[in-house]
Amino acid sequence: MIQAIAFYLFATMMITSGAVTILARNPVHSVLWLILAFFNAAGLMVLAGAEFIAMLLIIVYVGAVAVLFLFVVMMLNIDFAEMRAGFIRNAPLGVVLGVVLFVELFVGILVRSAGDLAIGNAASVSAVPAGLSNTAAIGALLYTHYLFEFEAAGMILLVAMIGAIVLTHRQRSDVRGQNVSKQVARRPEEATINVKPEIGKGVSL
Amino acid sequence: MDFIHSLAAVSAEELISSAGLVLLLVAAWGGDKAGRGIAIAAFAVLVGAAAIALPTLLGSVGGSASLAFEGHVRLDAFAAFAKLLIYLGAGVALIVAPAFFEREGGLRAEFPLLVLLAALGMGIMVSANNLLTLYIGLELNSLASYVLAAILRSNGRSAEAGLKYFVLGSLASGILLYGISLTYGFTGTTSFDGIRAAFGAGPLSVGATFGLVFVLSGLAFKISAAPFHMWTPDVYEGAPTPVTAFFATAPKAAALALLMRVSLGAFGAQPGAWQQIVIFASLLSIVIGALGAIGQDNIKRLLAYSSINNVGFMLIGLAAGTQAGASATLVYLAIYVVTSVAAFVVVLALRDAQGKAIESIADLGGLSRTHPGLAAALAVVMFSLAGVPPLFGFWGKFLVFQAAVQAHLVVLAALGIAASVIGAFYYLKVVKVLYFDDVVDKVRGGSEFANLVLLTASTLFLSPLGYLLTRWLGGLAGNAAAALFRLS
Repeated sequence: MIQAIAFYLFATMMITSGAVTILARNPVHSVLWLILAFFNAAGLMVLAGAEFIAMLLIIVYVGAVAVLFLFVVMMLNIDFAEMRAGFIRNAPLGVVLGVVLFVELFVGILVRSAGDLAIGNAASVSAVPAGLSNTAAIGALLYTHYLFEFEAAGMILLVAMIGAIVLTHRQRSDVRGQNVSKQVARRPEEATINVKPEIGKGVSL
Repeated sequence: MDFIHSLAAVSAEELISSAGLVLLLVAAWGGDKAGRGIAIAAFAVLVGAAAIALPTLLGSVGGSASLAFEGHVRLDAFAAFAKLLIYLGAGVALIVAPAFFEREGGLRAEFPLLVLLAALGMGIMVSANNLLTLYIGLELNSLASYVLAAILRSNGRSAEAGLKYFVLGSLASGILLYGISLTYGFTGTTSFDGIRAAFGAGPLSVGATFGLVFVLSGLAFKISAAPFHMWTPDVYEGAPTPVTAFFATAPKAAALALLMRVSLGAFGAQPGAWQQIVIFASLLSIVIGALGAIGQDNIKRLLAYSSINNVGFMLIGLAAGTQAGASATLVYLAIYVVTSVAAFVVVLALRDAQGKAIESIADLGGLSRTHPGLAAALAVVMFSLAGVPPLFGFWGKFLVFQAAVQAHLVVLAALGIAASVIGAFYYLKVVKVLYFDDVVDKVRGGSEFANLVLLTASTLFLSPLGYLLTRWLGGLAGNAAAALFRLS
């Protein structure tokens, strides 16, 4: 009973926030609604027993992707009025795509009731490990069986980081950075000059 | 115990990655001033890694394949052969880079690091025995390569090359991943041995065939075989010349070795399924490479089309599907890597009075009278690429065609020979410009000492003297090919 209530709560919230994401006029609000949709999807995943995917959704999608979206939306000066101007022109294509998606969904649900599609090699799918949460099971695989790939993936992330810095970081001559040691080493007698200007002469700086 | 064995087996990779991390710290604290020192250190690391890989190839370590990390990595003579070519290509890029980049406003300290990490990825690629290891290695190499292509970011052509390479490379990675997921779905395993067993169990299912086609397409992109070659001329032209020299040697060797391992190993039980794809890609690459090069005036673009053309010839050896064919492909690959080194060192030496690079072939008119040594080296490269008999390039082509004929692919061999005559046309056109055209006298710049040593060594290798090495090279390639066919 409580599961059903939780499911309907998460599902309704997710569909609502998904709808508001595309209906909101302000793109920043859209991204915030999208984050809410991700959180509800994570809740659905927890209900389905896939808590690892739920955490991934929150960490990867909310923590990284949605924040990236926010950055893009807020930093790029996108003219949304201009983008909306093409709405009528592209509407037929959108309607066609929508109909195709709907028909596919419908057919999919119809066919699903006729039984599973036999693809691949069902016998080789490994069994659910008993007595382990799936986070622990994935971790146990990653750190033993797939250790080499896991470590090499770390090197890929390092290369991605080096690459991003190499391609975007530049020394700018018009910006003054903070030099802490220089600041600390500065004495009052270097920082201030006592001058006694003669009358009518002014001070040279 | 098994874990210790695994760690010992991948010691070359450990050396490169740990040295890379240390050098990264040096780069972070030392800044671009440390660039040259890091390049020298990175070169030393590659020499060390090559020294680790060499005994496996020579067969002194029992000659047997050593599987590491539960069979995800396979270190055999084949991987060692490919690794030596990779480290050679990466090492050459490190030698020629500092002088080039100093003319372009300074060597970035990260450049040698990225070359080193790309070499690490390629080493993982060629020793992959699992689709996951394959993809991880490929992506490590690709990401570093995208950045290398764009490393002169203030240069529009370099940035364009990097962006193009990145977009098309990501597309190819997507295709490859799709193929990997289909193959996994229909065989139930990502291990090459498991896929081989599943493929051998019966006729190929439609889904598995799709997986095979997508995997081969993704890999064909990486070796720039037609019809996935479109990025090559633009990237080769736009990337800084040392980077182009790197692209033409190391990643090509790595991706071709990977393609051989996947088709002969993982898909080896169904040769009929992939042979037709390889034959198609091979013929198309030879023809497109030959025809596309004819109209080119830029020497780097010409060499790009030439690399497409040469990949076609290498694929002929693979299409044979035999041990002799694999060995012939490896010999061809080794000769091609050295030819590319010679070609790009010459291109690096072509500079005008202001020190700007000369890339137009028309500007090389009469080079034989102003710079006879440079012209002779370029002529040797061109004749060798054309496969004119006294030069060593002929030997690779001969072996490849011989393997194809022995595997009853006579038509393929005949078409390949016919198309190589088309290719000879534009190679000889360059020689004609060098020796018989009016003197343009634009080329001024000389070569640094290290470049001269490289050029002399590689030209001597391509000259008829190279035939003294046929027995040695053939022996190593045969050893490597045998390891490829020796299944655990």
